[in-house]
Amino acid sequence: MECLLLYIEFCKIGLVCVGGGYASMPLIQAVVVDQYHWMTIPQFIDIFTISQMTPGPVGVNAATFCGTRVAGLPGSIAATAGFVTPSFFLCIFVMYLLKKYGEITLIKGILNGLRPAVVALICVAGLSFVYLALWNSETFPADLGAFDMKGAIILVLALIAIRKKIGVIKLLFLSGLLGLLLGLAG
Amino acid sequence: MITISTDNQDTRKNFLWLLFKSTFLISAFTVGGGMVLIPLMKAKFVDEYHWIDDKETLDLVAIAQSLPGIMACNSAIMLGYRMGGLTAALTALLATVLPPLIFLTIISIFYDAFASNEYVQMILKGMQCGATAIIINVVIGLLQKQLKKKLVLPMVILVGTFIANYFFGINLMYCILVDAIIGALVMREPKYND
Repeated sequence: MECLLLYIEFCKIGLVCVGGGYASMPLIQAVVVDQYHWMTIPQFIDIFTISQMTPGPVGVNAATFCGTRVAGLPGSIAATAGFVTPSFFLCIFVMYLLKKYGEITLIKGILNGLRPAVVALICVAGLSFVYLALWNSETFPADLGAFDMKGAIILVLALIAIRKKIGVIKLLFLSGLLGLLLGLAG
Repeated sequence: MITISTDNQDTRKNFLWLLFKSTFLISAFTVGGGMVLIPLMKAKFVDEYHWIDDKETLDLVAIAQSLPGIMACNSAIMLGYRMGGLTAALTALLATVLPPLIFLTIISIFYDAFASNEYVQMILKGMQCGATAIIINVVIGLLQKQLKKKLVLPMVILVGTFIANYFFGINLMYCILVDAIIGALVMREPKYND
């Protein structure tokens, strides 16, 4: 039963997530964190972080992780299969349309409407990252004074490093190291 | 495109095996998602095996990128389909998904023991901040791109969707559905294409 639920929920995510890794994040978060509580926001962000450093798209990684936690190996297969099922049929269908009609303005219109929406949704998801980094809180912090100085230092340094075009893996590695050092320093 | 004759079972099997092997290896050793994967697929399929040509690969990847789903998987499906039909599409998809599936299953089994360690927690906290910086950077880039286009409708959708989802807690799926309908109705002109 759990496997079926995983399959169906990830099917839905796969059907509507447009725009690649970062764009699928808010959708996955809405389902696995907010709706089913399969994982917490810190765990979700860990998955996102791990996905940046390991092979494979963040979508497949999140599906695999959720699936394993909910129902073991069968769960991870069900979730991942669910995630890619809509893509498979859609891609084949579009290949067929392309062969037949060449140009499809309706699909282009739909995608044009979705692109700005995806930006908005990434902003919303990004906010929960910021709350966790700076206030160790999953939603808008009730107590703004409970500010995490160490988190803020790492975040600002990381932003500067990104502006200097540092690679993602190096950045995450160094952030982790800094977290350890600041943690040990008390 | 080189057509692979289905009459010749050996050639066909050989093609599918080569396709599976090369896609699997590319997926297993590429960190960083779609944009890194695509050039490697091109190097294998176009330059080494000559299964498909340059221009067609780029066209298909552009479409794969704009369709729902994971870009790497979409590209694998479309390129596979173009090179050898449904079986090849399935083969390429399977080979793309298997490496991260195996990898992450192992990681998630050990996650709890790993994440409850005090030192690991410090490292993870640091990495979360690093990941937050990545997201902030992505958001800034995307917003700049939208603003530069100076089009009213996309901005209305952007702001409207943000308010609807963040302040009123309206379900993402409904937001996306409404925006897709708006797009289909009034955003078909080429000026809205990226």
